[in-house]
Amino acid sequence: MATQHSRTAARLMISPAVILLFLWMIVPLAMTLYFSFLRYNLLMPGMEEWAGFSNYRYFLTDPAFFTALRNTLVLVAGVLMITVTGGVLLALLLDQPMWGQGIVRILVIAPFFVMPTVSALVWTNMFMNPVNGLFAHAAKAMGLQPYDFLAQSPLLSITLIVAWQWLPFATLILLTALQSLDREQMEAAAMDGAGPLSRFIYITVPHLTRSITVVILIQTIFLLSVFAEILVTTNGGPGTASTTLTYLVYVQSMLQFDVGGGAAGGIVAVILANIVAIFLMRMIGRNLDA
Amino acid sequence: MPDMTRKTTSARKATVTALAWTVGFLIFFPVLWTILTSFKTEGEAIAAPPSFLFFDWTVENYLTVNERSDYPRHFWNSVVISVGSTLLGVLIAIPAAWSLAFVPGRRTRDVLMWMLSTKMMPAVGVLVPMYLIFRDTGLLDTKTGLVGVLTLVNLPIIVWMLYTYFKEIPAEILEAARMDGASLRSEITYVLAPMAVPGIASTILLNIILAWNEAFWTLNLAAAKAAPLTAFIASYSSPEGLFYAKLSAASTMAIAPILILGWFSQKQLVRGLTFGAVK
Repeated sequence: MATQHSRTAARLMISPAVILLFLWMIVPLAMTLYFSFLRYNLLMPGMEEWAGFSNYRYFLTDPAFFTALRNTLVLVAGVLMITVTGGVLLALLLDQPMWGQGIVRILVIAPFFVMPTVSALVWTNMFMNPVNGLFAHAAKAMGLQPYDFLAQSPLLSITLIVAWQWLPFATLILLTALQSLDREQMEAAAMDGAGPLSRFIYITVPHLTRSITVVILIQTIFLLSVFAEILVTTNGGPGTASTTLTYLVYVQSMLQFDVGGGAAGGIVAVILANIVAIFLMRMIGRNLDA
Repeated sequence: MPDMTRKTTSARKATVTALAWTVGFLIFFPVLWTILTSFKTEGEAIAAPPSFLFFDWTVENYLTVNERSDYPRHFWNSVVISVGSTLLGVLIAIPAAWSLAFVPGRRTRDVLMWMLSTKMMPAVGVLVPMYLIFRDTGLLDTKTGLVGVLTLVNLPIIVWMLYTYFKEIPAEILEAARMDGASLRSEITYVLAPMAVPGIASTILLNIILAWNEAFWTLNLAAAKAAPLTAFIASYSSPEGLFYAKLSAASTMAIAPILILGWFSQKQLVRGLTFGAVK
């Protein structure tokens, strides 16, 4: 159908996007890779020298790296667990006939549009603060000792904040998936005498599996890069108690000016993210022709 | 009998409604609480027990935050950066998505997947070189620099979203126009564009939201004069004295426009953020 003429035109039209993205992907990444083999500190300009794999050796054997890796996994897994479970339950609830469904949807979806720095500050100050926070007021009213969320369980607190932000995303996607469920199939199953529970297990769950996978993979990509929520709440602390891989690389390159070490950490982060990305790309690619 | 069923279903509907409204209210509560606190005095904002509605409403915090000349500037920076990067991205993406959707070749699928893969790269992996490039080219702390970075960050999503919308335009219409002797240019202007407008509008809407809330590059590459609201709000993390009411006022102003835009874009959100994998 396409003529030679339109093929040439098509190639011309796609090239700006392709070239820009290619440069965006290749140039900084090549520089990161190059820096990761240098001893390079911004405080000592002109002193760069080849360092071989020593940045990687240093980064990968640093105890902070293991803490950060563990924290990253705990944060990602924690947020996924809360948002996927909560998302499925909420989607099932919102899929029922009710009055004012549109308004409830609007209320549920709101956290997703709140910028990360706002939600982090609002939660840490107005809710989790051990003196003036709403939770502290509630605890005191019940005669309990207020809990210092960010000092005593910093990672859990950040997990809760991030989960609040991402719950709407999971809910909305799963709700969309539920609404595309074949009603006739449901009715037929009901007529054949399948109870609500077995309809849920044999029809709803298999139908949702794909969307849940998509939710998990996309959220993982974004959650691996959680940054602002840590920066404005705990600064990764106390100590390294809430430092994730992203935050560790930030500290190393932007606060300690260790370009070489930060770059090595960046490459490690890229490799880890790519492992997740491969699975995600397969999921989306499979859907492309369908 | 029919009356019985009607009664049980409406009882069930009432229960579901009550439950859903309660859950919705709880999830929305932090936003609501921020809005309410922004109208309190600093003293009332930390009072125990906190008053929910019956306090002396005041707009003083909004005036204070606005008078500190930096708030309007940060707001303006957010507008320029989010709208600028979105429009630039859409300009680059429309021709690309058009050719991917209407002149598919052997490599179309690979190109799409490759574009998507650039989105998978964690930002922190290229933080150091981007910082150095910005420093050496004088782009650090400029709106131009941030518009550029956010355009590139969101370009894959823009191309993908437009592609999924363009895909839904039946190719037969284009062929008919071509048969009638329409040139490529008039084909695009008179046939394609009118049908593509809703899709383009939704793409723009979702991307303004994403760019407005972006908080990695804006926090790392802009310190002062080009800093958008994400950075302005972050400066409240080391507060002095009583600040809850002012924090709430600044936060409310920062999220209000996007909250309103966002509520209009619920449907597109799913498609855009799942790259068409869930519609």
